[in-house]
Amino acid sequence: MSGATLLKESGPREVFCGLTSIVWLHRRMPDAFFLVVGSRTCAHLIQSAAGVMIFAEPRFGTAILEERDLAGLANAHDELNRVVKNLLARRPEIKTLFLVGSCPSEVIKIDLSRVAENLNIELKGQVTVLNYSGSGIETTFTQGEDGALKALIPLMPKSDQKKLLLVGTLANAVEDRLISIFNRLGIDNVESFPPRQSTELPSIGPETKVLLTQPYLTDTARELKNKGAEIIEAPFPLGVTGSTLWIQAAANSFGIEKSLVDSILNPLISRAKQALAPHVEKLSGKKLFLLPESQLEIPLARFLSNECGMEIVEIGTPYLNRDLMKAEIDLLPPDCRIVEGQHVERQLDRVRDSSPDLVVCGMGLANPLEAEGISTKWSIEMVFSPIHGIDQASDLAELFSRPLRRHDILNPKTLTTN
Amino acid sequence: MKKLHYVLHAPQGDTYADLLFTMIERRGSRPPVTYTTFQARDLGGDTAELVKGHIKEAVDRFNPEALLVGESCTAELIQDQPGSLAKGMGFDIPIVSLELPAYSKKENWGGSETFYQIVRNLLKGKSEELKQNWQEEKRRPRVNLLGPTLLGFRCRDDILEIQKLLGQHGIDVNVVAPLGASPADIIRIPDADVNVCLYPEIAESTCIWLERNLNMPFTTIVPLGVGATQDFLRELHEVLGMEIPQSVNESNNSKLTWYSNSVDSNYLTGKRVFIFGDGTHALAAARIANEELGFTVVGLGTYSREMARKVRPAAKALGLDALITNDYLEVEEAIKETSPELVLGTQMERHSAKRLGIPCAVISTPMHVQDVPARYSPQMGWEGANVIFDDWVHPLMMGLEEHLIGMFKHDFEFVDGHQSHLGHLGGKGTENINQRVKTTISNNSTNTSADPIWTHEGEKELSKIPFFVRGKVRRNTENYARQAGCREINEETLYDAKAHYKA
Repeated sequence: MSGATLLKESGPREVFCGLTSIVWLHRRMPDAFFLVVGSRTCAHLIQSAAGVMIFAEPRFGTAILEERDLAGLANAHDELNRVVKNLLARRPEIKTLFLVGSCPSEVIKIDLSRVAENLNIELKGQVTVLNYSGSGIETTFTQGEDGALKALIPLMPKSDQKKLLLVGTLANAVEDRLISIFNRLGIDNVESFPPRQSTELPSIGPETKVLLTQPYLTDTARELKNKGAEIIEAPFPLGVTGSTLWIQAAANSFGIEKSLVDSILNPLISRAKQALAPHVEKLSGKKLFLLPESQLEIPLARFLSNECGMEIVEIGTPYLNRDLMKAEIDLLPPDCRIVEGQHVERQLDRVRDSSPDLVVCGMGLANPLEAEGISTKWSIEMVFSPIHGIDQASDLAELFSRPLRRHDILNPKTLTTN
Repeated sequence: MKKLHYVLHAPQGDTYADLLFTMIERRGSRPPVTYTTFQARDLGGDTAELVKGHIKEAVDRFNPEALLVGESCTAELIQDQPGSLAKGMGFDIPIVSLELPAYSKKENWGGSETFYQIVRNLLKGKSEELKQNWQEEKRRPRVNLLGPTLLGFRCRDDILEIQKLLGQHGIDVNVVAPLGASPADIIRIPDADVNVCLYPEIAESTCIWLERNLNMPFTTIVPLGVGATQDFLRELHEVLGMEIPQSVNESNNSKLTWYSNSVDSNYLTGKRVFIFGDGTHALAAARIANEELGFTVVGLGTYSREMARKVRPAAKALGLDALITNDYLEVEEAIKETSPELVLGTQMERHSAKRLGIPCAVISTPMHVQDVPARYSPQMGWEGANVIFDDWVHPLMMGLEEHLIGMFKHDFEFVDGHQSHLGHLGGKGTENINQRVKTTISNNSTNTSADPIWTHEGEKELSKIPFFVRGKVRRNTENYARQAGCREINEETLYDAKAHYKA
């Protein structure tokens, strides 16, 4: 590890729970349905966080626990069975149903795996029922995807085919682009997990090489490894350097000639650097503070400091997986301060003390900071936007330079007279 | 509220509630709430200690005049009793412990109960001293405005409008609560002569308590709309023991009445409107729509079960069955069923209306960021009635415009789907919606095997009907054809159906 300072903090947190990841998972797999087993509060969270549903018939819902469900457990199980059957009768297009555990369902110990098992027997394969936890007592924000993917792994067929498996939800356009680059390198067999259709799961075996596209897939990576797959160690594909190292790591693993890799990537790299230049000009020398939320904080800080010249005040991260983050932390500038966990009040004190130019934070904190004159960027945007890969580096940088540009437009500098 | 802090025993993730305030209302400060954000690993240990730690830190850091302590849905299950814990910690500020059963009650109940507990706890022991009324003290009458909250519908502007209105009648405002009030303000509540219950969902139980215990009467009419504003002024004068000046009956400082009488508004006559929202706003909307704008109310409902008792008779008076539900899909079905020309609802009904291609105005919470406008836009009082006229009428096509479209629709310049006042979508978005509506309609009609088939002539005739009623005409004609046993719909069937439904 480099000279990064790793600290831990605990106290009141201000992060989303894992249920929030349903917002992008339901769009990635349109034939799947996510049924949260939770309270009205859970229902409200995904409804308001996922205003997205106005554009589509929602592919998620909540089985709301009410007083009578709390009285006896058998009751709650029956109730859930009934809700699921109603849902499936109404929505015959559902191929995979995720029962998603929440804080209350975990605390009253509803055994969702047993419910899923019974339903699978009853439904005889018409619909696959799976379960995972998106509860706030166990997961933060993006960890929800980790749980959902882990639940799918037992269904993946076995195969001895040599292949590259990209793991983690990507925007479809970015995924197509990355696959076409791998194809050009001569890696023809490239698949993605999660797939675009929940029923078209990629196969897996000892010849599968896994390249993680997202940094929050701890459990998924471990399970894939248990299935015999090899996890390629690499930084994450954010920014020119991160994406280049990521692609190179895969190419190395497939024994592709370095000269071929260079000949294909070099033009992309120089073009991307050109596109990045105006943003670098804006971002260079500016102070950045990242509050913990999406788990993308470390790779983002690495990109913004190494390629955009930003000065990192602090990197907050909800939790730190040293194995998966090793390649990232090694690339960080020395003396970078990483704080795992959160005490939101103390952290905000540090934000104010350090007067940063830009703070990456959750939606609840953004306007209060803006009102204090501190520019912000919503971390949730990183999980919605196509930001992965060499070609997207300038788009990624633009997400951060825009608030600064806007700040300058609205607060023009006046000439000071001495 | 100010100088009040809330420690909420809740798991991580529940902090999303902050963003409702900072995003929807663009609040520049976080709500004064500390979440204990316990995790699974804390559950094995002593969560009570964790709660106490957070309470102490919150009191030290925020130095509130009073402390609220409560539990979220999950914390309720682990039974740490944070309220009793806080009371045992020896603070010298009032501690209000909240029990809000999340598994059986909903947000307005929670708001009402919280306000009630705050008032009750802070005014406990205050007896009905020998209080003098305004006549005895020879001062202007004083009232409290109770019920406005953050995230309430246009509360920010309503209280300004009502203050202005009361000022015109020589009535002063003593305390506005809970919005913007501090515990010290709550303690001043008894200094007023009368409570104005502006939002019964939040303030009614508090007003009843204040009446019983401190002998403070309260008003029950909510000044939404011209008629209701007049009724409210009359009621308030009566309760205060003031003479009702002639001006109350005559004064109508709202332009709504004249605008509604103006010739362009002729086209509003009988517009079919579907109303759904919280009890107070839905009831008021029904009255305004029916009495002041000349609309025909084709649906009325609320998600507040507490208000069902009031909404049911109001619907019945309009010849309707009230829709009492919190399932937005059920509301959407009801909208489809009644094919209104305007939907007045919450943001959920806006989504439904958008999907169905029907104009919509939001009249009640839950709302979205666009329902918190930058400009002054109350709903209550005279100006509120003006705002309501504009907000409800603008989504519709203007009277003359509707006529002109009918006249010129066969000119080659005319683009079908023209709807200059429908929503805020540009041309492209509007087209998409129309297409979507068309496809859903045609999908629906292929579902049933006994569906009549449209002949070429029938379709051609249908295309001459203005697009905004075409869906309805299509459905009506199909229903008629089914009833009449027609297998085919030609132009004659269309006219038959038209005559059938007009008859």
